[in-house]
Amino acid sequence: MMPITEADLHAYVDGELSPARRADVEAHLAGHPDAALRVRAWQEQKHAVQRLFEPVLDEPIPPALEAAAVPPGARQRGSARPALRIAAGVMLALLGGMAGWWGHGRYQASAIADARPSLPQQAAIAHAVYSPDVRRPVEIGADQETQLVTWLSRRLGQDVRAPKLGSLGFELVGGRLLPGSEGPVAQFMYQDAGGQRLTLYVSTERDGNPDTAFRFAREGGINVFYWIDGPFGYALSAGVSKDELARVASAVYDQLDKRLPRH
Amino acid sequence: MDSRAVTALLPRLRRYARALAGDRAAADDLVQDTLERAWARLHTWHTGRDLGAWLLSIMHNLRVDQLRGQRLSTVPWNETLDDMPSRPTQADGIELEDLENALAQLPEDQRAVLLLVALEGMRYTEVADTLGIPLGTVMSRLSRGRERLRLILDGQPPAAGTLRMIK
Repeated sequence: MMPITEADLHAYVDGELSPARRADVEAHLAGHPDAALRVRAWQEQKHAVQRLFEPVLDEPIPPALEAAAVPPGARQRGSARPALRIAAGVMLALLGGMAGWWGHGRYQASAIADARPSLPQQAAIAHAVYSPDVRRPVEIGADQETQLVTWLSRRLGQDVRAPKLGSLGFELVGGRLLPGSEGPVAQFMYQDAGGQRLTLYVSTERDGNPDTAFRFAREGGINVFYWIDGPFGYALSAGVSKDELARVASAVYDQLDKRLPRH
Repeated sequence: MDSRAVTALLPRLRRYARALAGDRAAADDLVQDTLERAWARLHTWHTGRDLGAWLLSIMHNLRVDQLRGQRLSTVPWNETLDDMPSRPTQADGIELEDLENALAQLPEDQRAVLLLVALEGMRYTEVADTLGIPLGTVMSRLSRGRERLRLILDGQPPAAGTLRMIK
């Protein structure tokens, strides 16, 4: 029989030996308690490593990672400042992304099926256009919140609500109605004491998409968390950090989407 | 590579990254960077190649770049290590916290081989492909890594001359 090497002992632990060689190693271990002790320690290590990290498999997936699992499409990094340049960048990225990525013939079907591009991109464009507007950021102000909500609900054909974000430091500024590709879309705008604005985009254009968990996208310098629930697609956009936006998005989500399972 | 397949692999990628990098935030950043690079280099993937192994090899290359940039081999692990009191090893089985500390003391190249074998269940040849190293190197890293872990867990930490901090 070939002499038993260190590599054989490891291959024994990892099940990489042929049955014949395995028998050789077992015979060797029976006569060498020292080697048997080490092999046993390695086996215990291996199992312990598996146990140590097994819980990670059951952790909820961070939204940013779920988003990153989708082809980038229009995700674009950068810090363009002027609103219109951002909006233009978002649209260019959208067009370029579609032409570039989805032009790959063999990935085409799955990319289109999975990318769900329209909601976060439209929301980011609407955010980029209206949030810097000093004079008229909204059509109807928060002082007429009841009328605003009634009006938007009637136009969208669904009961919409403006979530309360005061506990997070954001107060409702008001809202407006925007044209979507197949009908009206609502935009609520919020602002904090520092003048930072965020917008909640509420669409009823689902195109048959199933409900989704929280997703994250970055569109030309604007961070967007979005999800689809029942008749609505929601997208929360702002130029704030992803972490801060995630906190607000969770609050919005909790108020609007209690029945949506996380995963 | 389609996004459903990638999404299904996320828990595994996160587990390996956590075990490799030690720190949760650093690990998730590593997974995110891996996915970004994977989409950007989709042309280097062939249908039929194991998607998980391909993503892990991208993660490995990223990690090598990161560590080279930092000129420091085990930053997150050593940071977490400082907060943890060391404990005696028990005779019957291994305390997981001790194991975590012991893993932290391995050089990352040894830890990577050990984790690909233990967590990913890779064969040695697959480990060699994923890390881009010869089979003999896989075996020597596995062997040194396991022995080192065993000694640390037995309360015989390797000599100070083996510290890996590069000043």
